[in-house]
Amino acid sequence: MPIEILMPALSPTMEEGTLSKWLKKEGDTVASGDVIAEIETDKATMEVEAVDEGTIGKILIEAGTENVKVNTAIAVLLQDGESADAAADAKPAAPKADADTPTAAANDAGGKAREASDEPTAKADSKVPAAPKVDVAADPDIPAGTEMVSTTVREALRDAMAEEMRRDGDVFIMGEEVAEYQGAYKITQGLLQEFGARRVVDTPITEHGFAGVGVGAAMAGLKPIVEFMTFNFAMQAIDQIINSAAKTLYMSGGQMGAPIVFRGPNGAAARVGAQHSQDYAAWYSHIPGLKVIAPYTAADAKGLLKAAIRDPNPIIFLENEILYGQSFDVPKMDDFVLPIGKARIHKTGKDVTIVSFGIGMTYALKAIAELEKDGIDVELIDLRTIRPMDLPTVIESVKKTGRLVTVEEGYPQSSVGTEIATRVMQQAFDYLDAPILTIAGKDVPMPYAANLEKLALPNVGEVVEAVKTVCYK
Amino acid sequence: MAPRQNASVSSRGKAAGKSAGKDFANGTIVEFDREEDLKAYREMLLIRRFEEKAGQLYGMGFIGGFCHLYIGQEAVVVGMQMALKQGDQVITGYRDHGHMLATGMSARGVMAELTGRQGGYSRGKGGSMHMFSKEKNFYGGHGIVGAQVSLGTGLAFANSYRGNDNVSLAYFGDGAANQGQVYESFNMAALWKLPCIYIIENNRYAMGTSVARASAGVDFSQRGAAIGIPGYQVDGMDVRAVKAAGDEAVAHCREGKGPVILEMQTYRYRGHSMSDPAKYRSKDEVQKMRSEHDPIEQVKVRLLEKGWATEDELKAIDKDVRDIVADSADFAQNDPEPDVSELYTDILL
Repeated sequence: MPIEILMPALSPTMEEGTLSKWLKKEGDTVASGDVIAEIETDKATMEVEAVDEGTIGKILIEAGTENVKVNTAIAVLLQDGESADAAADAKPAAPKADADTPTAAANDAGGKAREASDEPTAKADSKVPAAPKVDVAADPDIPAGTEMVSTTVREALRDAMAEEMRRDGDVFIMGEEVAEYQGAYKITQGLLQEFGARRVVDTPITEHGFAGVGVGAAMAGLKPIVEFMTFNFAMQAIDQIINSAAKTLYMSGGQMGAPIVFRGPNGAAARVGAQHSQDYAAWYSHIPGLKVIAPYTAADAKGLLKAAIRDPNPIIFLENEILYGQSFDVPKMDDFVLPIGKARIHKTGKDVTIVSFGIGMTYALKAIAELEKDGIDVELIDLRTIRPMDLPTVIESVKKTGRLVTVEEGYPQSSVGTEIATRVMQQAFDYLDAPILTIAGKDVPMPYAANLEKLALPNVGEVVEAVKTVCYK
Repeated sequence: MAPRQNASVSSRGKAAGKSAGKDFANGTIVEFDREEDLKAYREMLLIRRFEEKAGQLYGMGFIGGFCHLYIGQEAVVVGMQMALKQGDQVITGYRDHGHMLATGMSARGVMAELTGRQGGYSRGKGGSMHMFSKEKNFYGGHGIVGAQVSLGTGLAFANSYRGNDNVSLAYFGDGAANQGQVYESFNMAALWKLPCIYIIENNRYAMGTSVARASAGVDFSQRGAAIGIPGYQVDGMDVRAVKAAGDEAVAHCREGKGPVILEMQTYRYRGHSMSDPAKYRSKDEVQKMRSEHDPIEQVKVRLLEKGWATEDELKAIDKDVRDIVADSADFAQNDPEPDVSELYTDILL
């Protein structure tokens, strides 16, 4: 059976082109790979190579013809023993899409070549499936009489890693100064002594490289904890975090993902300047395929880091240097694991809701103490997980209080607070008695000078003011 | 494996089928037996025909986006694969169809992924540059140039951590060889003696930029010299030379001696991607490589000269391969697109 040679598309967007030149004539034999013609597209002149072997039986489109549509038959290729007369019986080298009835063809063949008419329509858009709802379990009950132990966030993080490393031999930690130095911020203190150099791995200063090595090890089934000395340095590694860790499960159709935890201090410390003082919560929360956790208390740090290490997905675990030394009660339990994706109501109240996370909680708590003096009863929600975000808990609170203020240290544009404000406005508009106010860092790189640094960060007064504003007081 | 003794770049001026052996960096060539030559012929031909068909389907609009063909470079992946054992891992960049077929992934599954159908390896959600097979230890298909080098080093780290003797093969091109994370990975692999073989597929052009215009030093085999990684230049158009180098490199890794760099000197016949008019090189250059150094022709000539196969037997292999490719193309065009519910699956476990 003779084969039709079709006008090829030579770029993702090409729909037609000029058949500028034939390099073979009727009667010529061709082998696969031979250049048979040249085509001009809007971008370049391209060569058309033969795929099949045979003899050019008939040229259907003359050289110099413009606006030849993709998939038009341009010549007929005869197989061994076929005569030129057979050219009329030619069939396409592969089933050809019917340009006149794109939808029918697409449905029948299960989709096909690109077509201008493939542009989404309002009707088609309405068929986009809804994102699945995910139910997150509540925090585990802490049995009555459980001993509470005052623990620093630093110790809680170390305990979480040590417990998980005892539990699972596939868990290891790698990063700069995690082993011999015992951690730049002493989070990994004692781990080298207990688990040895095989599982507590000092890396060279090479964030991009060791993030990729960690993701590769995770793709092979290990469960790495990758410590960044600070998340500022993870900017060197962000390609591996997003393009490799977050997207592989999707790109592989679920075959393999990256069970990995990237953790380290995030946000401003004190007087370390612009390059070492940035909050990445909003950045990573933008990415499907990641979970993003930012605990405030030591108990949350422990329970959520243990959950993160067990979680089969890539996790961004944002800590804060200033919080490392603060002490909180942690329940003394054999296995204290908290659910990822669940906010915690830190304090109940009836007049106004504040949503915060991480170090932002410190501003909120001080503001609440001030506001109590004015008789304003604040409900404070600690988001704990930024992605997936526990919006139902926020909305339930807003339904009760009708007022919402968010508090974070990150930059104001496209912040976690603006995301919450947008979604609460969309989903609970009728319950709002005042515009939502978002307190964030100022829209400037972090200055070094002490007075300017203080101005660049949010402050308690701003939170107090915002709460009073939404309460019209 | 001894440090590189012979710096001579493989010559390409000789007749097909005879160019390879003595130019291999170690100065040795291991002749194939009949079975090996037949296997190499068939595997390389499958990749060649598959890629030609993919190019055709791209031209017809069945394959969208980017499509980078492996035509010309077949000996590299086929020769290396012949040096591996069960459990060894393979990872590469975006010019990846050949690697998938060589690791034993099905032509149907790969072609259906190229057309974005549910029967594709990633159920249509990955495309040409993003396919994986846990079963075949193929870790992708990566579209960010150089990223697979760190990831492949991580696969080797996992082997080392587990104390097995598997090796990881990280393929990348002469273009990727200038990325920073490649050297970060080399350093860690050398430091920790990771069983990783870095295979630089030097096809002379990073997209449209020739090696000479992008690299201050063009001996890629020596890119790890400063940190003690042994490196070898290999005639990547001769599958025997590739396998011989692969055998030595694999043995080196399995013995716990750390990483090896193999610079495979190869050539791609087609453009960088389907929309590349290839104006940066002459037609004569391409034609010369095709006619004098074709990796498949070399094996074919050998098989015929040695009387290991007749023309008819080779034609039968060709037909068999064409049938597999035609079947994959039929499947890939008729398989349904993924169900719309797939939009939101496989984001998180």
